[in-house]
Amino acid sequence: MDRFRMIFQYFQSNSESVMNGICGLLALASVKMYTSFDFSCPCLPQYNMAYGLGIMFVPPIILFLCGLILNRQSLVMLEEWRRPQGRRKKDLAVIRYMCSSIMQRAMVAPVVWIVVTLLDGKCLICAFSGSVDPDKFVGFANVSTAQVQQLLAKVPCKDDELMRNNTSHKAVSRYLRCWSQALGWSILLILIIAAFLARWLRPCFSQATLLQARHWSNYIDIEQKIFEETCCEHSRLFAHKCILHFFESMRQEIKLHSFALLREGEGAKGEEDLLRGITDQDQVNKLLKMWYYEKPPLDVS
Amino acid sequence: MDKFRMIFQFFQSNQESFMSGICGIMALASTQMYSAFDFNCPCLPLYNLAYGLGILLVPPFILFLLGFVLNNNISMLAEEWRRPQGQRGKDPAVLRYMFCSMAQRAMIAPAVWVSVTLLDGKCITCAFCTSVPVETLGNASHPRLSQGEIQRVLARIPCKEIYNGQELIANEVAVRYLRCISQALGWCFVLLMTTLAFLVRSLRPCFSQAAFLKSRYWSHYIDIERKLFDETCAEHARSFAKVCIQQFFEGMSTDLVAARCHLPRKAPADAGEAAEKLLGITDRGTMNMALKSWHRCKPPLHLHPPALPTGNGWAGEGQPPMHPSAPRRETAAYYSWV
Repeated sequence: MDRFRMIFQYFQSNSESVMNGICGLLALASVKMYTSFDFSCPCLPQYNMAYGLGIMFVPPIILFLCGLILNRQSLVMLEEWRRPQGRRKKDLAVIRYMCSSIMQRAMVAPVVWIVVTLLDGKCLICAFSGSVDPDKFVGFANVSTAQVQQLLAKVPCKDDELMRNNTSHKAVSRYLRCWSQALGWSILLILIIAAFLARWLRPCFSQATLLQARHWSNYIDIEQKIFEETCCEHSRLFAHKCILHFFESMRQEIKLHSFALLREGEGAKGEEDLLRGITDQDQVNKLLKMWYYEKPPLDVS
Repeated sequence: MDKFRMIFQFFQSNQESFMSGICGIMALASTQMYSAFDFNCPCLPLYNLAYGLGILLVPPFILFLLGFVLNNNISMLAEEWRRPQGQRGKDPAVLRYMFCSMAQRAMIAPAVWVSVTLLDGKCITCAFCTSVPVETLGNASHPRLSQGEIQRVLARIPCKEIYNGQELIANEVAVRYLRCISQALGWCFVLLMTTLAFLVRSLRPCFSQAAFLKSRYWSHYIDIERKLFDETCAEHARSFAKVCIQQFFEGMSTDLVAARCHLPRKAPADAGEAAEKLLGITDRGTMNMALKSWHRCKPPLHLHPPALPTGNGWAGEGQPPMHPSAPRRETAAYYSWV
């Protein structure tokens, strides 16, 4: 009884905390990936925008998919959604609850990536350096239109020979970075306010349905874990019985054909039981050969 | 303590989580290998492509094979595939399931290597530096160099110290261009792999859940059965060895007693367990003889029933009586399978 209680507690605490743990790990991985990624803007007119926006949006999609893949509950939810009704009704509220909790957790890492990208500023500088108005900046105002695009595209690359002598590139960088950081902080603020409101106002609406949905989604998760564990235990017992039957049938066969007189109950030591009647090299070899060539049938009745 | 034992049992019973741990380690090892590897572009026209693509494609292949080699289940799969049918039918769905799950895990480390290589950019820069579009990025109208010369100059792009084509095309411009393309390829590759993984994982419950549960149960069963059989055989071998050695010592002491024509000295009733454990060997000469005969003439792998004294010979003389019965046993065994 005590053991079952401990197992239940373990499974119960396991489900939510494991999911939160994975979500946190992915967010940390997202920051680490960004810092270890060597951002290098191509500084060419057509390529800048594609590169910058690509770095800003493609990794979040990857992180979102990873968040869905690594979350065990998404499989549980899909199974519950697609299973035939059978004798157990399907409750759509439960499926919706599970779906929304999975999505919320999967969104954390992509949002972290986007916010970190914006706060750092390199992506936006790379993507939009070609789109600033050159008349606002002294160094670019008197350049011909054909050249200005080339020059603006090179702004993110400080070490480029054209940029080394041009002092306006810093102005453009600062301008774009300011926009980028403002955008980053605004997004962060909006998301935090939304999360706060959602959590605070939730008890005001349909609390009872929420409690039910949460209980049954937890139940489905635990039920599946226990089913898997029971299957494991069962297959272990099945295998054990199968092997014992096999040894027993070998012993019967040897008794039948070996014409050796076995003294029943003659000082039966514990070792004799373990030997199961197989007491010489040929018998052992035959047993092993039979195990490979003729595995016993899966029937222990 | 109890909880640790439970957690350990949980991980052990759950083969999947154990294998996932292994492939996470392989992915980390793959990243570590890449950062420890000293990439050295040859900067010669034809060698660059071979070197770059070689570093991009050969280690993933090695890692893929390593993933299979390190997986214990590969021998289980091979055994299940090649065994004769006998009394137990073979289910191809189970074999497919085992192979697919092994292949999926073995793919992770190579995919990590390819992504890290592409995102880093050195390989692609080395391999494709001779294909940089000089017309758009540099001065194609530079004092005419022959095609071969241009190729040789471009091939030196990854090696900044010896690059001499600054007038043809600036080194930084070319490197930035190639690296941008490499990183774009890298991210697209990662996106593709992740999407595939997501589709594989999420389409399965929609289509073949029942078949999947069956295959998973039986593949797990085969694994457990093999382990239990090995355990039972090990137990049996232990008992076999114990009885064999006991009978050897008994045979030795009986022979010595017979050879010296001594009446077997009955151990005093109150001698206790220690005397019994001595197995009748009580002096140095006898012990030395026992050790010598253990080395020179090991007893046969045949345990006789523990009743009758075997007379004058070694326990080894139990062997001849077996031979007449062996052909009989073989014939009988033949009949039993008809």
